[in-house]
Amino acid sequence: MTATANDASTFEAPGLDWRRQIRFSAIGALSCAFIALAGMPVGLDRRSIVYPVLSLGYLSLFWVPFVLASLAGSQVVLEGMGERERDTRDLAAGALVGLGSALGLVGLMILVKNFNLRDPLVNWSPQLLELLSFNRSTTLGMLLWVVLGTTLGLLGGAMHVVPAMVRAKILTVVLSVLIVSVLQTFLTDLLEGFRLEVFTDFIYYKRGGLEILGALLVAVLAIAIPLLVAGRIKGLRARVQKMPPDERSRVNLVLLGVGAALLLVLPFFLGKIANELLANVGLFVLLALGLNIVVGLAGILDLGYVAFFAVGGYTTAVLTSPNSPGFSPELPWPVALIVVVVLTGLVGLFIGAPVIRMRGDYLAIVTLGFGEIIRLLFLSDWLSGWFGGAQGITNIPGVDVGIGTVKGTDPRSVFLLVLVFCGIAIYVSWRLEHSRLGRAWMAIREDEDVAEAMGVNTTSTKLMAFVVGAVLASFSGAIFSAKVGSIFPTSFIMLVSIIILVVVIVGGMGNIAGVIVGAVVLIGVLGGPKQPGLLQELGQFKLLIYGALLVWMMLKRPEGLVPNVRRSRELHQEEFLQDAWLKGEIDEEDPS
Amino acid sequence: MTTTHDAKLTSRVLWVDRFLTLIRITFIVVISVGLLAFVAQQINPQNPFAQWANPDATGLTAPQFKGLLVTGLAQGAMYGLIALGYSMVYGVLGFINFAHGEVFMVGAMSGMITSNKLADAGLWEDAFLLCLLFIVVTSILLSTATAVIMERVAYRPLRGAPRLIPLITSIGVSFFLQNLSVVLLGPGAKSYPTLPSWLSQKRSLVGFQIEGTKLLVLLTAAVSMAGLWFLVERTRTGKAMRAVAEDKEIAALMGIDVNRTIVKTFAVGGAMAGVAGILWGILFRSVIHTTGFLPGIKAFSAAVVGGIGNLGGAMAGGLSLGAAEATAPLVLLEPLGVDGVSQLRDAVAFAVLIFVLLVRPSGLFGERLSEDERA
Repeated sequence: MTATANDASTFEAPGLDWRRQIRFSAIGALSCAFIALAGMPVGLDRRSIVYPVLSLGYLSLFWVPFVLASLAGSQVVLEGMGERERDTRDLAAGALVGLGSALGLVGLMILVKNFNLRDPLVNWSPQLLELLSFNRSTTLGMLLWVVLGTTLGLLGGAMHVVPAMVRAKILTVVLSVLIVSVLQTFLTDLLEGFRLEVFTDFIYYKRGGLEILGALLVAVLAIAIPLLVAGRIKGLRARVQKMPPDERSRVNLVLLGVGAALLLVLPFFLGKIANELLANVGLFVLLALGLNIVVGLAGILDLGYVAFFAVGGYTTAVLTSPNSPGFSPELPWPVALIVVVVLTGLVGLFIGAPVIRMRGDYLAIVTLGFGEIIRLLFLSDWLSGWFGGAQGITNIPGVDVGIGTVKGTDPRSVFLLVLVFCGIAIYVSWRLEHSRLGRAWMAIREDEDVAEAMGVNTTSTKLMAFVVGAVLASFSGAIFSAKVGSIFPTSFIMLVSIIILVVVIVGGMGNIAGVIVGAVVLIGVLGGPKQPGLLQELGQFKLLIYGALLVWMMLKRPEGLVPNVRRSRELHQEEFLQDAWLKGEIDEEDPS
Repeated sequence: MTTTHDAKLTSRVLWVDRFLTLIRITFIVVISVGLLAFVAQQINPQNPFAQWANPDATGLTAPQFKGLLVTGLAQGAMYGLIALGYSMVYGVLGFINFAHGEVFMVGAMSGMITSNKLADAGLWEDAFLLCLLFIVVTSILLSTATAVIMERVAYRPLRGAPRLIPLITSIGVSFFLQNLSVVLLGPGAKSYPTLPSWLSQKRSLVGFQIEGTKLLVLLTAAVSMAGLWFLVERTRTGKAMRAVAEDKEIAALMGIDVNRTIVKTFAVGGAMAGVAGILWGILFRSVIHTTGFLPGIKAFSAAVVGGIGNLGGAMAGGLSLGAAEATAPLVLLEPLGVDGVSQLRDAVAFAVLIFVLLVRPSGLFGERLSEDERA
């Protein structure tokens, strides 16, 4: 033991890699120029984060030097290798990366000033130049960018020099100011419900963003609150951990019950906007939980998941709406729901059966094809006698629940309904995950051949995943059509499938909590394919961010924000792979 | 006990198999009935068999049918060019590069920009062929660069990751590139300048009336295909590509730089997609950020139809898919009494994919994959 420790200490820690810093500078320059040309600074300038000093538009550029400088300085500590001593050279490296990023913008400003490429590049505009030069002269703007970029880069580099405690504090403050600012609509709505508008009036600027004083207050609170409650939560958790198992599960049940009760009461304190937002989030939680079973548990990449959402929505519309063109029994919603569930389950079987034997990637494309075929059929003139073609089906009544009707004009009731179904879906997913079927799904995900050899009937198990996923999506579809009141083929484009996939992957494949977190963060903040989120200014950049997020997550953290333990072990199995490789070598040497 | 258990197991498996057989038979029955009804219609529209499903059946005249076929073939040639990229990448890396359709879109966009610039400069009408050469070259450069950067940034770090991971990444890349085009070039369709009239007029060729544009498309596709065939079958690079597709580790042992060969594969696929992008621009004269999606999926279907990894098969698959999607709605569905058949073109393309995968998953001409990718 001591020998290895000595070896490690004699092992020279690598010095600062300047080529890496220069590479990051170039990346920074390119990303800054690209973000500017994508129109983010101009398009997002309306929304301020801290009024009047920082808008979302400038923030879309400011994060680049800071984050890249801190990334360029980070170092992977390998086994047996000492960590490098941090000193002023790190600061210089950070400043270099920041300067590089700023130079990208400066170069762009020179180009925009002297050439006109407005024709293909729509954002090549005087407004961009004006914004980049902070509404002053171009030269001054360039100087400012150089200074700002270098400072931000310096700060990013400094993150490695300061002690970990300070770094954590800085991150908490920055993040909480950002989060509070982003949550403005929601918090205002919530505190109005509790008659506490004084607080939000104080911290928020009326037209969006925190006031400077408000931002300071949030920063102070972000430092103070952890100091005040620090030990207590840990102490409580330790006490619960020490309890005997049955008592602990009782405490957990009580906590769960309290949480559920709070959620059920919450809608009554929320205004229309927040309820609407949460109802949309809930619809996507339902969809994502369903896809989680298919992709996360069974490992089947279904890209046509929107088909089940569409079938659920359309079936509800046909059965309940008086305007349904072909067949209009005008059933009450709960009765229609039973038919919807049965029918979508059958569609799940019908789509699942032909694709179930295909290779994973063929399956993805074919399910995508099914998704498009179903949309095209709903859109076609051929079936317009049943589904109304491009005109869709309108005048879908809400859900009559005795004390009132649940429909889109009353988002609170929709949210409550969604909440009930989310509860059912969570319960079902949770029970399934720990059932025989759930274990069979996970076995198939890990290795289909081995699972089959262990006696799992892979065909019917995979079909079950399709059916369960389909049924959960049909709940969402049924609520969606009752909520919106009219239904069109354009609501069911392939984009929806992709966004649900991003939600599942970013949240954490195969983990119920992860999927919920993913839906709340992504749909709540960025918004769904048509539903605006808290940052509704994002508009056209939303989908770009979704795409970038999907790639980044797959490259850096394929197990998601809230990983499932077993799934992340599967994804990080270098050691296992190495073993397998060694075994392969041995097999090849074996003459038999 | 065990026997009953076994019986139960086999019967459950058989249930799906029976269902699959049923679907296969349904497919074949629909196709044959549609074809028979079409033939009946062609012989005599008043024929009871032709009127059975679609009383308004009128049938197609020979020029109409030939026109459909030529349109289908021209589009099919384009699908074939895109399919080559899918097929080559699948052959080498064993995953579907979902974003390949977007490489094609980048090619079409680049052609739109350069051709409009040239038209503004007044060169488009006067020296059309030179301009065409220029836009093809720039489009090839741009789409090749896109494909290579894509490989470097998104796919290379994922070599050896579980199968679905690169596939999901490529979906993300595709989504990103589409929306990149929206934010950089603006939403909405953009058009190519009008083609010179001598090009778009119809010419007759062995009994077919072909528009000059479609002829140009077919010719360009044929030339590109020939170039690719030469590259893959007759050069050292091609030999390296084939070796890497066969077995990466052994290829590396033989002194082939596997990474560089993979980059070259992406580059060649990207170049073909760039050519296809220009052909799209010439055929439809309009391009939008989602242009790459449907042709991409269809080209993938074409690659599967022809047998993935098989280059000749990809081209043949493209041509047959194009012809099928152009003619099938009117030949198969119209006689069966389906309304608004032209809306179902895309559905037909997907149905062809599903049909081929159900009936002959290795494609019409057989796939060429290494052992471990055949899983």
